[in-house]
Amino acid sequence: MNTMLQARQHADVAALALEGTSFVHRGQPLLTDVSLRLEGCRRTLVMGPNGAGKSLLMRLAHGLLPPSRGRVRWEGAPPRQAMVFQRPVLLKRCALDNLTYALAVNGIPWRRRRRLAREALERFGLGELARRPARVLSGGEQQRLALARAWLLEPDMLFLDEPTSALDPAAIRAVEAAVDDFHRRGTRILMSTHDLHQARRLADEVIFLCDGRLLEQADAERFFSAPATPEAAAFLRGELVG
Amino acid sequence: MRIGITLATAGLLGLSMFAQAQDEAPYITLASTTSTENSGLFDAIIPKFTDSTGIEVRVVAVGTGQAFEIARRGDADSLLVHDTEGEKRFVAEGYASERADVMVNDFVILGPAEDPAGIEGAGSVAQALTRIRQAEAPFASRGDDSGTHRAERRLWDAAGIEPDGAWYRELGSGMGATLNTAAGMDAYVMADRATWVAFDNRQNLALLFEGDPALFNQYGSLVLSEQRHPHLEHDLAEQWHDWLLSDAGQRAIADFTVKGQQLFFPNAP
Amino acid sequence: MPVNDSENGMPQHDSALATALAMILELDPTLLGIVMLSLQVSLSAVLIAALLGLPLGAALALWRFPGRGVLIVALNALMGLPPVVAGLTVYLLLSRAGPLGEFGLLFSPGAMVVAQVMLVLPIIAALTRQQVEELHQEYHEQLHSLGLSRARMIPTLLWDARLGLLTVVLAGFGRASAEVGAVMIVGGNIEGVTRVMTTAIVLETSKGNLPLALGLGIVLLTLVALVNAAAHLLGETARRRLG
Repeated sequence: MNTMLQARQHADVAALALEGTSFVHRGQPLLTDVSLRLEGCRRTLVMGPNGAGKSLLMRLAHGLLPPSRGRVRWEGAPPRQAMVFQRPVLLKRCALDNLTYALAVNGIPWRRRRRLAREALERFGLGELARRPARVLSGGEQQRLALARAWLLEPDMLFLDEPTSALDPAAIRAVEAAVDDFHRRGTRILMSTHDLHQARRLADEVIFLCDGRLLEQADAERFFSAPATPEAAAFLRGELVG
Repeated sequence: MRIGITLATAGLLGLSMFAQAQDEAPYITLASTTSTENSGLFDAIIPKFTDSTGIEVRVVAVGTGQAFEIARRGDADSLLVHDTEGEKRFVAEGYASERADVMVNDFVILGPAEDPAGIEGAGSVAQALTRIRQAEAPFASRGDDSGTHRAERRLWDAAGIEPDGAWYRELGSGMGATLNTAAGMDAYVMADRATWVAFDNRQNLALLFEGDPALFNQYGSLVLSEQRHPHLEHDLAEQWHDWLLSDAGQRAIADFTVKGQQLFFPNAP
Repeated sequence: MPVNDSENGMPQHDSALATALAMILELDPTLLGIVMLSLQVSLSAVLIAALLGLPLGAALALWRFPGRGVLIVALNALMGLPPVVAGLTVYLLLSRAGPLGEFGLLFSPGAMVVAQVMLVLPIIAALTRQQVEELHQEYHEQLHSLGLSRARMIPTLLWDARLGLLTVVLAGFGRASAEVGAVMIVGGNIEGVTRVMTTAIVLETSKGNLPLALGLGIVLLTLVALVNAAAHLLGETARRRLG
């Protein structure tokens, strides 16, 4: 199913730029003057203490929320995107139908939907659960189903908002493996986490937020070895920041 | 999915059965009073009319006031009510082209069997009402501007009494509902004999006064104006009107009995 | 109508249940006709009201526009619309002297359906709005992320709220099958044409035939209970299958 995708080059995917982006809610500045640029097929991890604005940044970047000031801009044609949320939002239908639904929304012909959905279920180890109501699956299974749904959409860019924060280690491992699969397929990743070790395992690049401000955007290696700001350094030492 | 299919099926079934219900035999809509309908008169005479003419009669039984209103708005083809003055006015206003006496029945005065006001054996209806007024015994009035209510108000007028006070209770209900209420509160009440004879929930109610000619209740049939409402089934309605006044119609009315009693007395000209 | 033995003229309240049972067992054709018409009118009204009210309620849940609050309050208030007022309004509309008189619908089952739609539509629309709004809170980011416009979200939200909406539709059916004020005025309670369960009950009550009236009431209640039981069963099956 991904013949189309293998031919795609990283460079094809338009870069995403946030330019002086701010978000104010009821007079409260939650994100202030954030500028950054995401390009290529990198895995960018968004880090920072709770309340730093990580989830908000993901939503602005994905286009779920309009910025109060500044702008969010694709440098070229907006690519296909998908998002996986901290708490997966699954429809009140069986696992298989959750996947065929996403395909239907994207205009995949009726006959192909079922086959593609089956393949995705198998790929994410959910083949046995195809006919189970999605909302009675375990937390890990639900998150895998959400990933399978994103997989079917063949996104050029995938947003993941703390996808493992409520999961047990085995389920976390499955999610991280899936992120790698996406990455190998040529998908750009923007993922938030508050788990330092996870960031070390996955990140090509790190964005560090604190109090709604972007303090660093740096290569992972450089960030972890020599953080440029005292806040990031403190955060890496495991101190309370913000 | 299943719910949707079930709902859709139920709906289609419902609509398709409508189509069946509308068999198109010629029919007229007759606005008439609850007293005639409740007594069972129409059930007895309409089949005879339908047998001889093939015309169905659909009865909308309401209070006389509402029956006039329905006819005035052009929603009924024919009108059979009991308010001679109102009927004459209806003709004078141009809503009906013709009016004819069809039959009479009579009103009776009912009350608690113990008769606290002592109206049994009164010399006239005026005297009976005066005794009720003097005893301030509860009296239940229809209070709905129906033919019966209008007739009752005329009788109080004729007796020179302005009924007011706590003992006089205007219910704003149909005949049957008024009888149910009167039985429940041991009140005197005036009713047409037909409804009374057919009425089952009498409890302690008893017939206490009857027979005064002032209690006669004249029914009239009206032919509605073709000029006012050209869309009505005037030809069919005319046949109904003529049949009511014919020997066959008059005999059908006389033959109708409830529990062995004749309730309506034909008196067509 | 089958008339029970009341030659002695005394009411027999305790015989209502027996009357009802006898009517059901004998499958009295007149009663059967009345029952069928009641179901046809009320089910058609509920179907039409659902077809209009579900999307309307969902749209109200999803869109913000000036006057929305007023509309929601009005809809909630109309849930308490007295059936007689609905009946009178429809009567004035459908009367020959009224704006829709040309269709000659007055005193027909069609007019009764129209009147009941007026009663049921506000219930379905208002309650659908509440249910869909709640679900939309939960779903909207995911659906937005999948690229759905608001209009395209409506079928998804309605479908996923279906268990709750089934109850909403049943509430509408309850109102339709129980009301008498509207169908009495616009239907005219014509025997064999527009007489339904509730108007038959009023008629028998006004004749003082209380056991028969109560018997009809029991039949009506049984019918409504059956429809509800069927819907409940359907809902439970779906709940078990879909979680």
